[in-house]
Amino acid sequence: MSQRIKMSERQPDIRNKDFQQVNLGYTDEQALQEAKRCLQCKKPLCVTGCPVEINIPGFIKQIAEKNPNQAFKVLKEKNNLPAVCGRVCPQESQCEKHCILGIKQEPVAIGNLERYTADWAANNIKISEIKIEGSRCIRVAVIGSGPAGLTCAGDLAKLGYDVTVFESLHDSGGVLRYGIPEFRLPSNVLDREVDSLKALGIKFIFNYLIGRTKTVADLFNDGFKAIFVGTGAGLPTFPGIEGENFNNIYSANEFLVRINLMTAFKFPEFDTPIYKGKNVVVIGGGNTAMDSVRTAKRIGAESVKLVYRRTQEEMPARLEERHHALQEGVEFVELTAPVKFLADEKGFVKAVECIKMELTEPDASGRRKPVPIPNSNFIIETDLVILALGLHPNPILPSLTKGLETNAKGYLIINDNFMTTINGIFAGGDIAGGSTVIQAMGMGKQAAKNIHLYLSK
Amino acid sequence: MFKIVSKKLLSFNIKNYEVEAPDIAKNAKSGQFIILRLHEKGERIPLTIAGKNKEKGTINIIFQEAGKTTTELGTLNIGDCIRDIVGPLGQPTEIEKFGTVIAVAGGVGTAEVLPVIKDLLSAGNRVITIVGARNKDLLILEDELRANSTELLIATNDGSYGIKGFVTNILSDIIAKEKVDIVYAIGPVPMMKAVSNMTKELNIKTLVSLNPIMVDGTGMCGACRVSINNEIKFACVDGPEFNAHQVNWDELISRLSLFKEHESISFENFKHNPECKCHKE
Repeated sequence: MSQRIKMSERQPDIRNKDFQQVNLGYTDEQALQEAKRCLQCKKPLCVTGCPVEINIPGFIKQIAEKNPNQAFKVLKEKNNLPAVCGRVCPQESQCEKHCILGIKQEPVAIGNLERYTADWAANNIKISEIKIEGSRCIRVAVIGSGPAGLTCAGDLAKLGYDVTVFESLHDSGGVLRYGIPEFRLPSNVLDREVDSLKALGIKFIFNYLIGRTKTVADLFNDGFKAIFVGTGAGLPTFPGIEGENFNNIYSANEFLVRINLMTAFKFPEFDTPIYKGKNVVVIGGGNTAMDSVRTAKRIGAESVKLVYRRTQEEMPARLEERHHALQEGVEFVELTAPVKFLADEKGFVKAVECIKMELTEPDASGRRKPVPIPNSNFIIETDLVILALGLHPNPILPSLTKGLETNAKGYLIINDNFMTTINGIFAGGDIAGGSTVIQAMGMGKQAAKNIHLYLSK
Repeated sequence: MFKIVSKKLLSFNIKNYEVEAPDIAKNAKSGQFIILRLHEKGERIPLTIAGKNKEKGTINIIFQEAGKTTTELGTLNIGDCIRDIVGPLGQPTEIEKFGTVIAVAGGVGTAEVLPVIKDLLSAGNRVITIVGARNKDLLILEDELRANSTELLIATNDGSYGIKGFVTNILSDIIAKEKVDIVYAIGPVPMMKAVSNMTKELNIKTLVSLNPIMVDGTGMCGACRVSINNEIKFACVDGPEFNAHQVNWDELISRLSLFKEHESISFENFKHNPECKCHKE
């Protein structure tokens, strides 16, 4: 059996100065070679690891037989956003984890092949209006155009529903647009995915905050028969330590929104400003922290430090992202937690005081807890701090909708059918407890099935 | 696209636009705001909803040309469109019958006070409005304020109209003489801070509408965070109105200075190259 084909990457010291993609994608020949590695299992385990149920051996077989057009068709049957998933899904912990080849050698590069297929289609197939058989003239509203909403909208449109997506920002994609940087998911790739959803007849309404611009009651009155809520995890977490509101301390959301959604790195051509920073400190260890350090480096920081209270081993960020960040010159300061921020006389941050941590012996659950080492405080000088400490579910819609109940953590309560505590309102994605793009997409897909069942009664 | 249907000059750099936004007009309440973006390269800025006409489906925005975006907005004319407007945002003002209410207005904040006093007056309150401006020419909305107040008192810094002095001079006279149930103060931060300090001593409940830097306006970024009673609140979703006596004013003042340098770069560029990038419908 041949070796897994590695996707080529741009040189770290070149790519860390721009926003072009890091991974270059497979050539036709590479894709062919990789596709041939697939054993075409009768009972494919990879599919069990895919939240959107892609017929994985099916599309790979078409690549191996040099039919990328057919491969794309198979992919799109289940996945409305293949170019996104091929770039940002953690395949190593999903489909590829179950690949039988993985037992003795490296699993099939399913994610790379998915990206290849979607990119092949982008270069070779023109998006055209798709006539859906059996149009139902039943209106469904989707609130939020992130991965959950887009998936749900796409599946409902394919079933013949008349779908309208309401988005509070001025552009589509939710976290795919404002959160994930251009070098991981270029906006033109996302635009194309959204365009192909529009070709299914889905309408998008921007600048529309459901709860405020209109309520869900208004939507039902307007004739929508069911509503899907995919409003995401909007609310950034702050550490609750001294000095956290000093100037040039941003939440990762603010930093990334300014860069990704508002194109602040091109100020003053674009109006939104950003402070670029010389010595940047990012606090956190997830994918958002990785996006923040890599972005800070790209807009010109001299030094970028990632401060994390555990070690690299425990970081929630994907291995690939950590690896890329290190290659691009980011320094990891492990076993370290911030204690307080210090500022100059004008209130601009100038340093973060940290404390060294150590990990306890594993507890009953096997988890090693970080605890501070007394008197180990030290100072890191900085002029820009980015806090990537996680997000809470967006509270706007639940707080403004009577009867739409949340649990103690603020997530919408949904039953096994993805229905919230209000009849006819369904939910998925971060707002209902999902946490990755692909989980949100999986929930959007399941919710679409359940909305169809509900409306078919 | 949101079309401008009327444009009025209120003072030399304060303008009142009536803009088509039927869904916002339908649901907007006093104290709420919108976020707008002029064009594809524009920034998102918050502006208070100064009025609405449900039947016509329009809202009013009143703004002072202070930086790049507001100056560029000022170059638009009737028939031109604003690319993006989202709203109504923020918590509406809680309107009830308090008794005697003092509304203190300064600068362009006067536009924000107007819808609030309208509602307070119809709720049966005695409304004393105090408005301040640097001079007579800069005073805006005098007739509208008078029509919606039990009493209107005016202060100008140079004495060209009303009393010579500050709104706080008038306020201190009133609260020394009579019982006041609640004070609203909307205007420049130093004015709101001064009012707050004055009413705090006498323990008169005081509400202010804060205007920190915002980006999305829906609680997502935390740019607009303010410390209220030592707790982080987001002005866009928890506010914009807060109990004045709990606001960390110095922090707010400092945070408002965050992009001073960027703002002047942006403004200078615009002044030397004021090509309009806005779209007509």
